[in-house]
Amino acid sequence: MRRRLAILALAFALSAPGALAATNPDEILADPVLEQRARDLGKELRCLVCQNQSIDDSDADLARDLRRIVRERLLAGDSDAEIREFLTARYGEFVLLKPPVEPATFGLWFGPFLVLVVAGLGALVYLRRNRPAAPIAVPLSADERARLQALLEEEAKPSH
Amino acid sequence: MAAKRLLFLIPVLVFVGVGIGLALGLTRDPSVLPSALIDKPVPDFELPPIEGLDGPGLSTEDLEGEVSLVNVFASWCVPCRVEHPLLERLAEQGVTIYGINYKDPADKAAAWLGEMGNPYAKIGADRSGRVAIDWGVYGVPETFVIDRHGRIRHRHVGPLQARDLDGMILPMLAELNE
Repeated sequence: MRRRLAILALAFALSAPGALAATNPDEILADPVLEQRARDLGKELRCLVCQNQSIDDSDADLARDLRRIVRERLLAGDSDAEIREFLTARYGEFVLLKPPVEPATFGLWFGPFLVLVVAGLGALVYLRRNRPAAPIAVPLSADERARLQALLEEEAKPSH
Repeated sequence: MAAKRLLFLIPVLVFVGVGIGLALGLTRDPSVLPSALIDKPVPDFELPPIEGLDGPGLSTEDLEGEVSLVNVFASWCVPCRVEHPLLERLAEQGVTIYGINYKDPADKAAAWLGEMGNPYAKIGADRSGRVAIDWGVYGVPETFVIDRHGRIRHRHVGPLQARDLDGMILPMLAELNE
């Protein structure tokens, strides 16, 4: 019984993400392949009203209109790239949740790695310079050796 | 030794630079997006008039040959009410303003214009909102400055205020009209 409940709970949990999408039943395309493409595209397109939600997640009017446009264009046979182009021509690259890699966005994509490399090199130089000098091996003097010997012998004596 | 001291200043300078950059970023309004259509010709469109209102509707050809403003508005849009008196005043000053009525039932739009006044030379009714999407509209009201070649030169998002007119729109119109 408990096990069955657990399985049921898991099934609910797994089905939740799909159920959370804002897409209305009347928008869904009959062709599951096209619908999946529409969903995938919708997830990477920004709703310009709410800005941090994708059009797939947003319930805003504009997001719904954009979802409809994506589906219309899919039905008309457009490729994913053509649909992205259609929207960036109107709303700019801001509409893409994942910015394209191009000279203007090199800083965005590679800046963090540059900082990491520079910081790593800096740390390396710093650590190299401040490495503690290797201990200099000075042989024991005659006195010290005698004392060490005495201590060792004392240690070796059986204790009472 | 002096050179080494200067080396320690580098992180401070980097910090100040990043700080200034972020501080400038904070002064920007994230809800105002740049238009992708600046300096591009207005999109091809043809809109019917608001039903029940005399007038020809609005299409791409109307926006060529003269400097004009295109204002996207709706009767249900509260900020549109705020900016409307300014549009009226602009029209009185002789500025040509065209309207795109966004997702508005014809009777509501007509009643609103009857109540508030009609500063628009021509109005196109965009019931589905598709033409507005071609213009890159994402919120109402939005106002576009169109030059005499029918190119979009500026976009203002949100209600126009007196300081937007004085600081941006009016100087721009004057310059384009020269």
